[in-house]
Amino acid sequence: MTTQTSAPDTPGARKADAPTGLIPLPEKAARALALGGSVLTIVSTFLAWTWTAEFPGDLTVYGYPGGLQVLVLIGAIVATLFALSSYGVRGLGWLAPSGPDAALKFATLATFATSWYTILSISTELGGLVNLEPGGFLVAAGSLVALAGALALPFQRPEPEPIDPDDSGWEKFKHGAAHQWETIKAVFSAGAPRPVRALPAYAEILIIVAILALGLTVFTYGIGTEYDEQFIGFLITAGLGFAALNKAGLIAHASQITSRHQSITTTGAFVAAALFPFTQTDDQYATLGVYILIFATVALGLNIVVGLAGLLDLGYVAFLGVGAYAAALVSGSPSSPFDVHFPFWAAVLVGAAASLVFGVLIGAPTLRLRGDYLAIVTLGFGEIFRITANNLDGTSGPDITNGSNGVSSIPNLDVLGFDFGAQHDMGGYTIGRFANYFFLMLIITAIVVLVFRRSGNSRIGRAWVAIREDETAALAMGINGFRVKLIAFAVGASLAGLAGTVQAHVTYTVTPEQYLFAGAIPPNSAFLLAAVVLGGMGTISGPLIGAALLYLIPNKLQFLGNYQLFAFGVALILLMRFRPEGLIPNRRRQLEFHEDAEAPTLLTKAGA
Amino acid sequence: MTTDTTTKDTSAAAPVPGETVLDARGVTMRFGGLTAVRGVDLTVNAGEIVGLIGPNGAGKTTFFNCLTGLYVPTEGEVRFKGEVLPPKSFKVTAAGIARTFQNIRLFANMTVLENVLVGRHTRTKEGFWSAVLRGPGYHRAEKASRDRAMELLEFVGLDHKSEHLARNLPYGEQRKLEIARALASEPGLLLLDEPTAGMNPQETRVTEELVFAIRDMGIAVLVIEHDMRFIFNLCDRVAVLVQGEKLIEGDSTTVQGDERVIAAYLGEPFEDAPGAEEVAEVEAAEAHAEAAAEAPADTPADADATAEAPADTPAEADADAAAEGAETTTDAAPGKENDR
Repeated sequence: MTTQTSAPDTPGARKADAPTGLIPLPEKAARALALGGSVLTIVSTFLAWTWTAEFPGDLTVYGYPGGLQVLVLIGAIVATLFALSSYGVRGLGWLAPSGPDAALKFATLATFATSWYTILSISTELGGLVNLEPGGFLVAAGSLVALAGALALPFQRPEPEPIDPDDSGWEKFKHGAAHQWETIKAVFSAGAPRPVRALPAYAEILIIVAILALGLTVFTYGIGTEYDEQFIGFLITAGLGFAALNKAGLIAHASQITSRHQSITTTGAFVAAALFPFTQTDDQYATLGVYILIFATVALGLNIVVGLAGLLDLGYVAFLGVGAYAAALVSGSPSSPFDVHFPFWAAVLVGAAASLVFGVLIGAPTLRLRGDYLAIVTLGFGEIFRITANNLDGTSGPDITNGSNGVSSIPNLDVLGFDFGAQHDMGGYTIGRFANYFFLMLIITAIVVLVFRRSGNSRIGRAWVAIREDETAALAMGINGFRVKLIAFAVGASLAGLAGTVQAHVTYTVTPEQYLFAGAIPPNSAFLLAAVVLGGMGTISGPLIGAALLYLIPNKLQFLGNYQLFAFGVALILLMRFRPEGLIPNRRRQLEFHEDAEAPTLLTKAGA
Repeated sequence: MTTDTTTKDTSAAAPVPGETVLDARGVTMRFGGLTAVRGVDLTVNAGEIVGLIGPNGAGKTTFFNCLTGLYVPTEGEVRFKGEVLPPKSFKVTAAGIARTFQNIRLFANMTVLENVLVGRHTRTKEGFWSAVLRGPGYHRAEKASRDRAMELLEFVGLDHKSEHLARNLPYGEQRKLEIARALASEPGLLLLDEPTAGMNPQETRVTEELVFAIRDMGIAVLVIEHDMRFIFNLCDRVAVLVQGEKLIEGDSTTVQGDERVIAAYLGEPFEDAPGAEEVAEVEAAEAHAEAAAEAPADTPADADATAEAPADTPAEADADAAAEGAETTTDAAPGKENDR
């Protein structure tokens, strides 16, 4: 999905050949097919695709699209716009700063994949093609024609490497396959985007608002998907659609504009996130929202330790646990042996301080180790925390944590008379319990983002990165390696503890089994690390997006059941193979992993 | 802070009398049964450029590591401005000794400016809280650091590349950046470990000027190098380390004229006779050298002929320095090969 190579410049004689498409068709016909097919697809989404409402989403209605049809409609509209833009229609040039062809290919592919996925699931679930209405056949034909047209668009074919005549058959086969792979990569490759024109500040801010609104819409839609098919369709459309926008060069433009107004973007992102509960009619999806936010915040804290300082910590979830336990024990819960009820601000301080102490206690002896050894030792300490919490039950040890039953019935928070457990009405919107906690968690996330951004781009942050890059040289530059690493460890631990204090109240109960190394329910050490790696190490948005995906996918795809961890492993392997720098790469890491890629060498913003 | 120092002629680089910056006494470093450095004394005075040469495996880098706190000498002590060096390399940097590495060790994925800013670490104090709270003091310190770093980049001629990634710099500029990064820690003594390794003669000449400019800033410099022309042009004094022991120390002429140095570089007397025997042999050679030194006109030519394989008198070398010709390239290269 991530083809980074740009179309190679073929010199000399080959330039004379007119470039052709993957499917031999004249260029004009191909473009017309792509446009026509996309328009046909748009029309077909307003028709019925099946006769019965048994297939979820009710695709039986003429006149307006529903369920998966909406996704197909969006994909088809994007494809149509790119097709029109490739005709040079006035006013659409801005859509594709790096050429519309590759974007058109991805957009039609998105439409095709989503619509055919829908058609096939209708056929298999209801038993046979007879269940399709004409609209269903129309969308299948329309999206196929559009895709075929897009693939017939000319592209720059890569030069085949000369074959060694001594090669054995297998080697020749490998050679041929490699060339075909290069050709396919070339089909979907786009040129470098034009630099973005300087717009007046208000226009750029409006664009940022639009981008954030789009992000919020996509996220809200994804979180609110009601059945498996819709979520898979969402993943297909969103993934390939993102690729289309990326190939069009719009993502590059957007990131240029947002990096010009960083504070506005960050503030705007938080406003957009705060608007999320207002888009929900009941508390069901706010629950998901608050859990994602807890997971993402802890992942971001881990990113300080792993992404900036380069310390591989496999027991990070223990710090979340320490914070949660500390807050639970002073919350006035009946199963807590301490008969105290601290106000929330005090509980937060206790939780963060407990994690800080735990972090320093673990860090002081272990941070003298490097690399793999550190990873193994932190893994061990993470498990020690869980087992200790299990044993402090009054029989195996002193009665502090109530053993495997955990600390239960943690009361809801009450801050300045605002009861987090009750529903509140705000300007006509009902804000439920989980939405209340969502807002609280958002503040914690903001604190973590602030700490990450400011510390990352400062003397201490540079020292962290220097330690990660070359510890010996960093020491020779006068950096006290141990001290600096311990600070990173302690900061990461306290931030996780901070999130833990809220988590204890959200979940009502704190048990040792919530803080495993690896398990099916997300906040655990393996998933936290995966969120950081998936999203992109050393960035802010990376772990947030990685955590959202890693939480949503197992949550929405219930049918995966026991294969969840397996699918997760396969996904990680594929990611490591094709995009080791993560979904939202840090500029540094992108250059690190793709040395051959054109390196503009300039880092416009330092750190994150 | 400009690079207008064009002190090319070596005669101008006479030893400036100054306080002793570095004083290493009887430094011995043993790794198990192996003695890498044995009883080496070395002093470096303020405003002085001292060279350290020796064949491969002579213990130069080990000695360097003793000076930078990476190793703690088994015996003897190293004093910097009268204080015994602390046993941690970051404390040594804080005390005022900065170093570069033989194989460049930049922070490859940081920008050029960030690399130099990391060098400022010991001269700034802003901690974690200051970074998060960002009070006025933080902004002031950060700005001062950036200004100073830009000055240093200007000094080495890299200010126009401050936002580039260090990994993308060409080789010669990476060396310069490493020097700028070391200078950022405001050292009293700069240790350069083979600063011209892998450089062409033009780049070597530029580095030479850079080192003179650094000396003129009042920073003492200790250089390890294999390029004899570079060392003898540059240094006020040269110490020769052979098999962990200091053979001789003195100005270029003394060292170049010393038979033992020649012997050590050609490797004859030491081939398979380590220990006490070699000393006797060396002494014999020394006596021989003294006899040869009676004829003063001979000495420079002789020394050069041996230090660098193709004969090249100092006069010629000077002419080369002025003319800056392509012959220098061809001349220096075989000489260097011989050293290795």
